[in-house]
Amino acid sequence: MKYVDEYRDPHLARELLESIRRRSTRPWVLMEVCGGQTHSLLRNGIDAELEGSVELIHGPGCPVCVTPAEAIDLAQDLALRPEILLTSFGDMLRVPGTRGSLLDIRTRGGNVRTVYSPLDAVELARREPARQVVFFAVGFETTTPATALAVLQADAYRLENFSLLVAHVRVQPAMEAIMQVGDCRVQAFLAAGHVCTVLGYDSYVEFVRRHRVPVVVTGFEPVDLLTGILECVDQLESATFDVVNCYARSVRQEGNSSAQEIVDRVFEPADRPWRGLGTIPAGGLRLRPEWSRFDAERRYGLAAMPSSGCAAECRSGDVLAGRIRPTECSSFGTRCTPDAPLGAPMVSSEGACAAYFRYRRADCGPHTAPRPAGAATG
Amino acid sequence: MCLAVPGRITRWISRDPVLATAEVEFGGVRRVCHMACVTDAVEGDYVIVHAGVGISRVDEQEARRVFEELKTSGESTDEWEGDRT
Amino acid sequence: MNDNSWQPHCPVGVSAQTERITLAHGEGGRAMRQLIHDRIVPRLRNPNFSDANDAAALPALQGPLAFTTDSFVVSPLFFPGGDIGTLAVYGTVNDLVVAGARPRWLSLSFILEEGLPLDVFDRVVESVAAAARRANVEIVTGDTKVVPRGAADGLFITTSGIGELISPIPAGPRSLLAGDELIVSGPIGCHGVAILACRENLGFEPAPTSDCAPLVEVADALRAAAIPVRAMRDATRGGVAAVLHEWAGQCELTMRIDETALPVSSDVRGICELLGMDPLHVANEGTMVIAVPAGAGESGLAALRQVSLSKEAALIGAVQPRGIAPVTIRRSLGVEQPLDEPHGAPLPRIC
Repeated sequence: MKYVDEYRDPHLARELLESIRRRSTRPWVLMEVCGGQTHSLLRNGIDAELEGSVELIHGPGCPVCVTPAEAIDLAQDLALRPEILLTSFGDMLRVPGTRGSLLDIRTRGGNVRTVYSPLDAVELARREPARQVVFFAVGFETTTPATALAVLQADAYRLENFSLLVAHVRVQPAMEAIMQVGDCRVQAFLAAGHVCTVLGYDSYVEFVRRHRVPVVVTGFEPVDLLTGILECVDQLESATFDVVNCYARSVRQEGNSSAQEIVDRVFEPADRPWRGLGTIPAGGLRLRPEWSRFDAERRYGLAAMPSSGCAAECRSGDVLAGRIRPTECSSFGTRCTPDAPLGAPMVSSEGACAAYFRYRRADCGPHTAPRPAGAATG
Repeated sequence: MCLAVPGRITRWISRDPVLATAEVEFGGVRRVCHMACVTDAVEGDYVIVHAGVGISRVDEQEARRVFEELKTSGESTDEWEGDRT
Repeated sequence: MNDNSWQPHCPVGVSAQTERITLAHGEGGRAMRQLIHDRIVPRLRNPNFSDANDAAALPALQGPLAFTTDSFVVSPLFFPGGDIGTLAVYGTVNDLVVAGARPRWLSLSFILEEGLPLDVFDRVVESVAAAARRANVEIVTGDTKVVPRGAADGLFITTSGIGELISPIPAGPRSLLAGDELIVSGPIGCHGVAILACRENLGFEPAPTSDCAPLVEVADALRAAAIPVRAMRDATRGGVAAVLHEWAGQCELTMRIDETALPVSSDVRGICELLGMDPLHVANEGTMVIAVPAGAGESGLAALRQVSLSKEAALIGAVQPRGIAPVTIRRSLGVEQPLDEPHGAPLPRIC
């Protein structure tokens, strides 16, 4: 596949790895704020290969992980109403709210359906005018254009049976929140390449000036990630801090103005609780008043409950802020696994804990416990 | 965030500002995608698609330039230039 | 009646006037006898078929037998590349094949949902008959029950199958040794992707096709070339990854595979990239994993590639002493990573 395979070239990747190792004089601390990048780093073993040269802390880049449990509870309540068909991205289905996941609700008779795109939910609403279709709108600014477009299309089709349960979150306020943390160890950021595809990277200029850390716009394939990491290392080694675009085939400085216009037409910033991190000012989005008829919370009279964080023993807040690695949580791999997660970072395919469980479980947990001698059968 | 994949526009279907669609090819399959955010793309262009929506046109010139630099930089040079602001 | 179970991709036209299955069809009276004699028996075209009241009398065989049972509840009933009827026959046949048997006789039990269009039922029976002919097996006995509306997803099928074990019988995954080589008989991930795309109306063109097929010829090719087979397993639910994990658990060694060696068709690749799924976790219904002793890999491949169904067979890895994880994969970067066991059916993701 073009524009994918070339960026998985093992020779190029190895060369970049070597350059990073050569040019890094100490283990710089970098944070990526994007679950997709975390997934790719771990899946390709890049973080292990960089040990000693670069330490990668996985930030709160998984919008599924940071969706408050209470939002999932609201989605469940909607799914249980017989006239409503709740549609959702697959990522959300296994994430636990306070009373189980959306998948669990299906076994109790709730109507939940996976969609690949919010526009598919609109199509569903058009095909089934007798059903009320609600789309569970999660995701960062990469996804908001799709959801905004869904509202505009539903409006164009004059649909009366389509609405959104909005739980969108914004990346930059979260990066700010991380930099405010007293013991924050982050020295440079890999900026999320697809969020920047939509928003551009002008807004990071001020961020970089204030916090004096490099911000490098980075893609997702191994060559993209290593290119971005190398740029961070070069800046850190020369004590410079700039915004640099290492994903120029997709990202322009101004971003995608059509997409931005569509989002701004439909949504406005709003304070929003992030699971494990508390309320982040302007950390989310809500529908503008003129689109309130598409707001499921209003349409169905839902009462949003205040965020209560997560289960007492769950340390997802510390993981998401980069204060601890998943393996440093005492529940990791024992009381908390993808099959029985305590918090969202263990369930979502992009969660830092699940990613560690999938790719680094070899380092810990019961799975590699030696079997007693003589147990092997012939 | 987030899973977005480059695909090649095989044909435009609708140019309506909100309902714009085009058929896009990924590997061996094609799917109709929503194109309201990439209306300047033409058939044959590559677009980055996320959740069924095109969010950016791939800058093929830029991709070529950067890739050539990547291949030649290797061990021999000390400088790696990205786009600076 | 959940019309969504049979409507997607349904090859027969169903009108409002179409006759439908009623509870009477399952009650043992005239309606049921007519169903069997008018709709099932003529389609199966097997003079040895006995209906629900008789048992099938089978000839004696010389050697030991293999016996398997399975149930089929797939929704939607029809999908590109097959339907629940094809799946029922090939799934059962393949269970016998991978045990080292030549499949001979199948039983066929239907649970039908009240309201199922009879045309749809006829079509499934035709598919069963065609599949049985292709796999060279006989359907010798069966049963039919009807449940009220809502109690089944259109129709369910339960089978059992008997086959003759043919020497040498694969010893199974407990016999695997470090150095053994791992082969897949064809491109992976086709069936699961086809079902998902069809069920969720994902709109891919061309619609991805299931690999649903009988593996009899493939196993015969290995036998004819005297390839020693340690273990074989069709990679159904959970995909190739599930088989490798099961084998690793049985022999307590590590199954190590190479990502670049995996055969994946370009449409499955494109869809998996778009949906964020790993082809290794996606179900197959006509593709198996084969373990052969060290050094037998190349000749195993040569034998497999003689058969149309396994012409893209590939060597994907080897059995190793137990290492960092029960199943590991070398990705493009060359780093060996644990390969996770699948947790339920793969779901499309955006993150």
